[in-house]
Amino acid sequence: MTQQEALFQYLLRLGDNALILGQRLSEWCGHAPVLEQDIAITNLALDLIGQARNWLTLAGEVEGKGRNEDQLAYLRDARDFHNLLLVEQPNEDWAHTIVRQFLFDQFNYLLHNELQHSTDERVAAIAAKSLKEIKYHLKYSSEWMVRLGDGTEESHNRMQRALDALWRYSSEAFLTDEIDQLMAEAGIGPDLHKLEPLYHQYVAQVLDEATLQPPTDTYMQRGGKQGLHTEFLGYILAEMQFLQRAYPNMQW
Amino acid sequence: MSREELEKRFQEKIDAEIKIEPKDWMPERYRRNLIRQISQHAHSEVVGMLPEGNWITRAPTLRRKVALLAKVQDEAGHGLYLYSAAETLGISREEMIEQLLSGKAKYSSIFNYPTLTWADIGAIGWLVDGAAIMNQVMLTRTSYGPYARAMVRICKEESFHQRQGYEIMLTLARGTEVQRQMAQDALNRWWWPALMMFGPSDKDSVHTAESMKWKIKRKTNDELRQQFVDVTVPQAEYLGLTIPDPDLKWNEARGHYDFGEIDWEEFWRVVKGNGPCNHLRMKARREAHEKGAWVREAALAYAEKRRQRQQQKAS
Amino acid sequence: MNKDWPLWEVFIRAKNGLSHKHAGSLHAADAQMAIENARDVYCRRNEGVSIWVVESKYITASDPEDADALFEPAQDKIYRHPTFYNLPDEVKHI
Repeated sequence: MTQQEALFQYLLRLGDNALILGQRLSEWCGHAPVLEQDIAITNLALDLIGQARNWLTLAGEVEGKGRNEDQLAYLRDARDFHNLLLVEQPNEDWAHTIVRQFLFDQFNYLLHNELQHSTDERVAAIAAKSLKEIKYHLKYSSEWMVRLGDGTEESHNRMQRALDALWRYSSEAFLTDEIDQLMAEAGIGPDLHKLEPLYHQYVAQVLDEATLQPPTDTYMQRGGKQGLHTEFLGYILAEMQFLQRAYPNMQW
Repeated sequence: MSREELEKRFQEKIDAEIKIEPKDWMPERYRRNLIRQISQHAHSEVVGMLPEGNWITRAPTLRRKVALLAKVQDEAGHGLYLYSAAETLGISREEMIEQLLSGKAKYSSIFNYPTLTWADIGAIGWLVDGAAIMNQVMLTRTSYGPYARAMVRICKEESFHQRQGYEIMLTLARGTEVQRQMAQDALNRWWWPALMMFGPSDKDSVHTAESMKWKIKRKTNDELRQQFVDVTVPQAEYLGLTIPDPDLKWNEARGHYDFGEIDWEEFWRVVKGNGPCNHLRMKARREAHEKGAWVREAALAYAEKRRQRQQQKAS
Repeated sequence: MNKDWPLWEVFIRAKNGLSHKHAGSLHAADAQMAIENARDVYCRRNEGVSIWVVESKYITASDPEDADALFEPAQDKIYRHPTFYNLPDEVKHI
C-alpha cells in the first residue's frame, strides 16, 4: 500500500465517523426530550457533518480521481465505508445516544488533539478547526453522562444498560492496522497505542462521577475501519443515498 | 381606577403605538387572545419541524443536508422564543404542551400535509415560509412587546429559509424533465394549502376584528393572502412552473392578481383534525414528550442532588 | 406529573466593549445547562462572546403601577443635561 492510498483510507475513516454519527444525530431533530435539546443535538450533528465535508473533500483530492464530498458520501456502498462500528449504532433512547456520543467524543478529542500537529498541513488545519467543536461535544456528553448516571434510578439504569450494550464497540478505535501504522510512521496520524491509556483514564473518571460501572470481560468488536460493519450501516446508507441512487447523475 | 377607565387607558396606549409589556395592566381578553395566538404560533413552529425533518436523513447532497438541518433547528429555536413570549403572560410551557397534545390548542394546518418527494422541501421553503414571512413581518409591529421582539429575531433568522427553498425549486426546475415534474407536482400540492395558511376569509374570521383593534394583528387574513399571491406569481413564472389555478390572472384595475376560490371545506376538515397527517404529527409530538419524560426528570433530580451536596459542603 | 425545568433569563455580550444585553429566556435544569442552552439557542449566528444566565425567579422587576412615581420626577430635571447651560460659542472644549 502506498502512503497516498493509506492516507486516502485514513481520511475516509475520519470523514465517515463524522458523517455517520452526524446522520444518526440528525434523526433526533424534532424528537428530542425537550426543545432546548433539539437545538443542542442538532448543533452536534451540524458540526459533525461539517467536519465530514472537510475530510471527504480532502480525501477526494488525495485520491486524485476527481471525486467530491458528495460522490464519496452518496456513491459508496457499505463495504467501502470506514467508520467505527460505534457511530453506526442506533439512537435507541437518549441514554444510548449520550453514551455513544461520550465514548466517541473522548476518542475523537484525543485523536484530533494529535492530528492538529500532523505533518500533513491540510490534515492539521482541518483537525485544528474541528478540535474546538469536539472539545465542546466532549464537555456536553460528559455532563450528560454524569447528569443521567447520577440522576434518578430509572436514568441510572438506562445509562448502565446503554453502557453495557455499547462498551463492546469502545476500543475498536485503538486496534491498529497497517494504515494506522503507516500514518503514524509518516507523522500524519498519532500512535494510537499512546492514546489508549489516556482514553481509559478519562472515561473511567467520568464513569466514576456518573456512578456507572464499566463492563468487565467484554470482547471488543472490530471491523468498521476495514469496511466490515454491523447490519445497521446498510440501512443508514439506503436512506441517506436514496435520491442519488434513484435518480443518478442529476444536480440537486 | 374603574375597569372602564383602565380599558380606555389601555386602548389609548395601543392607539399611540406604545407597546404593552408583561406586567402592564391588560384586559383579560387581550391576554387570552395573545396566549392563544402566540402558543398556536409556537406549536406551529414545533410541529412544523416534522414534515421537513422527514427529509433531513435523505437530503440529496451534504450541502442540502446542513442547510435543511439548520433550518429545522431554527424552527425549534423559533418555537422556543415564542413559548418564552407566551410564558410572560402567565402560562407555563408545560401547560401549553399539554394543550397541544390534548388537541385543545391548534397549530397551522399546513403541517398536516405530507412531504412525499424532495421537491416538497423546496416548495415548503418557498411557499410555506413565504406565507409565514408575510404574517411574521406584520407581527414585528404587534402591540405586545415580548411577542414583537420574538418576531424581530425570528424574521432576521428566517431570511435564509425561503431562499433555501426557492434555490431547491430553481435547481429542480432547471434540472432534468423528471426533476421539473417533481417540482411542478410539489407546487400543485402545496399551493392551495399555502393560501389557506392565512386563515379563514375576513368575513368568517372570528378573531380578526378584536385582534385588529388591539393591534395584535395589523393586516387582515385576506390582505395578507393577496399580498402573498401578488409576490409569488412572478416567482413561479421565473421558475417556469404553473400555479394550479385556472382563475389566476392579473387584474389591471385592482392592481392585484385575481385568484380562484379556496376549498374551505378542505380547510375546515384539516383544521378539525382530518388532514392526511394530523394524527401522525400528534403521535410524533406525544412520543417525543413521553419518551423524554425520564430525561427531564433525571436532569432535575441531578440538579437538586448537586445543590444539596454543595450546601452540605458549605455548612 | 411532568414538570418544566426552571426558566432562565439570558444576557449576551455581543463583543468586548459592550455590556450584556437581554437576549431572551429558556428552560434548563441547572446553571451549566442554562449556559450551554443559551449558547445553542441564542448564539447560533455569532451573536456573542460572553453569556450571563440568571434564574428568572431571582429577577425583581419594578411595578408598572409605580411608573409615575419612579420615572416621571426625572422628566423635569433638565438641569442634569448639558444643554441646560448657556455658554458663548467662543468657549471651546467644554
